[in-house]
Amino acid sequence: MKIYIRSSACISPQNTFGNENFLTGIVEYNGTRLKAIEPDYKEFADPKQLRRMSHIIKMGMAAAMECLKKGNTEMPGAIITGTAYGCLEDTVTFLTRTIEQNEELLPPTAFIQSTHNTVAAQIALMLKCHNYNNTFVHKGISFESALLDAMMLLKEQEADNILVGGTDEMTDTSFTILSRLGLYKRWPVSNLDLYATKTRGSMGGEGAAFFLLTDKASENNLAELTAIRTIYKPENLEDIEKRVESFLAENNLKIKDIDLVITGKSGDTAHDDIYEQLNVSLFNGVNLANYKHLCGEYPTSSAFALWLASNIIKNELVPETVIERNAKNTTPKRILIYNHYQKIYHSLMLVSAI
Amino acid sequence: MSSSVYVAGLGVISAIGNNVAEHLASFEREEAGMGDISHLDTIHRNKLPVAEVKLNNEELAAKAGLPADMSRTASLSLIAAREALNDAAIPNINDFRTGFVSANTVGGMDRSEHFFIDFIEDNSKGKLRNVFDHECGSMTEIVADQLGIKDFLTTISTACSSSANAIFYAARLIKNEVLDIVIAGGTDALTKFTLNGFNTLMILDDEFCKPFDEHREGLNLGEGAGYMVLVSEKVAKTLAKQPYCKLSGYNNSNDAYHQTASSPDGTGSYLAMKGALEKSGLQPTDIDYINLHGTGTPNNDSAEGTAIKRLFDPVYPPMSSTKSFTGHTLGASGGIEAVFSVLAIKHGIIYPNLRFETRMNELPFEPEKTFLKGQNVNHVMSNSFGFGGNCTSLIFSGI
Repeated sequence: MKIYIRSSACISPQNTFGNENFLTGIVEYNGTRLKAIEPDYKEFADPKQLRRMSHIIKMGMAAAMECLKKGNTEMPGAIITGTAYGCLEDTVTFLTRTIEQNEELLPPTAFIQSTHNTVAAQIALMLKCHNYNNTFVHKGISFESALLDAMMLLKEQEADNILVGGTDEMTDTSFTILSRLGLYKRWPVSNLDLYATKTRGSMGGEGAAFFLLTDKASENNLAELTAIRTIYKPENLEDIEKRVESFLAENNLKIKDIDLVITGKSGDTAHDDIYEQLNVSLFNGVNLANYKHLCGEYPTSSAFALWLASNIIKNELVPETVIERNAKNTTPKRILIYNHYQKIYHSLMLVSAI
Repeated sequence: MSSSVYVAGLGVISAIGNNVAEHLASFEREEAGMGDISHLDTIHRNKLPVAEVKLNNEELAAKAGLPADMSRTASLSLIAAREALNDAAIPNINDFRTGFVSANTVGGMDRSEHFFIDFIEDNSKGKLRNVFDHECGSMTEIVADQLGIKDFLTTISTACSSSANAIFYAARLIKNEVLDIVIAGGTDALTKFTLNGFNTLMILDDEFCKPFDEHREGLNLGEGAGYMVLVSEKVAKTLAKQPYCKLSGYNNSNDAYHQTASSPDGTGSYLAMKGALEKSGLQPTDIDYINLHGTGTPNNDSAEGTAIKRLFDPVYPPMSSTKSFTGHTLGASGGIEAVFSVLAIKHGIIYPNLRFETRMNELPFEPEKTFLKGQNVNHVMSNSFGFGGNCTSLIFSGI
């Protein structure tokens, strides 16, 4: 069975949402954090609903609705989300009040909306969708787990037109804590120089990207989602190379068949060494692209990468801003996305032209 | 696609026991696990009863073999998951593709609460070790590392149906031939965050809960973990021990009514139960026991009862809410109650619904009141419904 990406929508720190142009007018950020550019949400929900919704709920809800609209689908066969941190804003609000008010006179709203499944639940609620609904919350492979779920549902013939998305929000609190944990740069940089700074840490990011998956062929489909694989704590570089090759071999491919590799290079010297080494070994001679200077580093950024890959294939164009190496002039028909999060969770996604 | 998924091992910890054997004994003695709060540091102590695991953090961590400052959520998880794996007695899990699919709702929140006390005062303060494993996925990772599982791990969080969905997803990973063996279930520890959260919703009973009773007044929170080892047919054939049963049916449907409340007619619950029956190819009359979601809140029990009436009328199987023993263990409840459902088949048990007195006005049936042994229990339905309208039903069938 072939699985297709029927439509996609992405809210990110770039103008990726409600924009017919594909990654033009790149937004430059000077700092250590990239914030999502928020659309006018009034198009997607009434003001009363919007007032109650946190940042992540609004981003997820709007990206989901836009994705359905682009895919001409009113009712998805399933709704599946991946989020590592869940609804941080509401979680921190309720936790802070609990401590500050010594557990007294607490309003319930923040707690109600703090559960990790809130985004998927709100989408179901808005659509009155009674179908399969699931949420994965596993660090750097939250989105990949959701995607695997969607692909299995299609293979089982349990559902069609599956809405699957990856979303995470960065709040001031999480940014402060994750910075203290060393995830982000200590001094401001430009996101457009992210890979040249050669220092520890990346730039914080956030966003929501949704996809509509189907097993029905159509010339309107963006791309084929050929395969996906997650790898936990590989032993060393050779182990990674071996697993990438066997993943490709299972799909009757060799690395020379790949027109473009999109890597998860983050500008963090402690993490990018893996990409640097692969780029001159296994990926040698292959066209390369990066994406985290556009969306920042966060656990579900691979959803942004999948949005990028499927739109590169549909548009038959690799935007200048993502190119790292142009070894040969080709229109990408097969793209491999390779990302790792904190060197612990590695994922591979194979996207092909339809 | 591989045909059947078998249950080869069980592990559970909750307020009524630290392992499967202790649970069976507590059920037979009809002994509930609720009491005054003794481990959680909260102003609700001596006011709201909860069902705590009877070990403090250090004792739990020591029992699990984890560092003393480990999140209670991870310690509970490891204790139950390890019991399940030992019970399955698979000679070498590394001979197969083995995964760990776990669920929880607040991850390492019990530690984050400590971090935030100092952090709120001064953002440069707070011991980072206490917040490092805040994420739900961290709990799964810690346990997988201890169990030596590397092939696949993930975490599901769909509120109170979380671990039922973990079991469901795990079974499908086997059916889709992604994995051969999966340890699946969930864990949740009591935290100030959840206790206060549920308290703001005014759905906590300040007495011991009375699920499915006309005069029920809410739920009691509990904590614990429950896991099962699911194996493919191929793996089952290599094992010396006969598997407990099969996971024959499952369904996940959404109520799509309200973020926290269930629809009056229990649409989501009805669709989940009906879908699970269809998946298993069984009729309502084939079900020998229903392990109810049965939280004890007026809203849940009314919605769930109405859905059961719509699906099962006029023949009702025995049913009960084991939350009358364990309290509502949130993200762990689906895993814990799946373990109870399998034990019901294995030992021919129907669990009593403690403290039940008065049948609900709107329902023509009532739950089982006494512990029954030697019953013919072949097909068991286990219900788990949660915030966000997430409703999941599982059906286990004897072999």
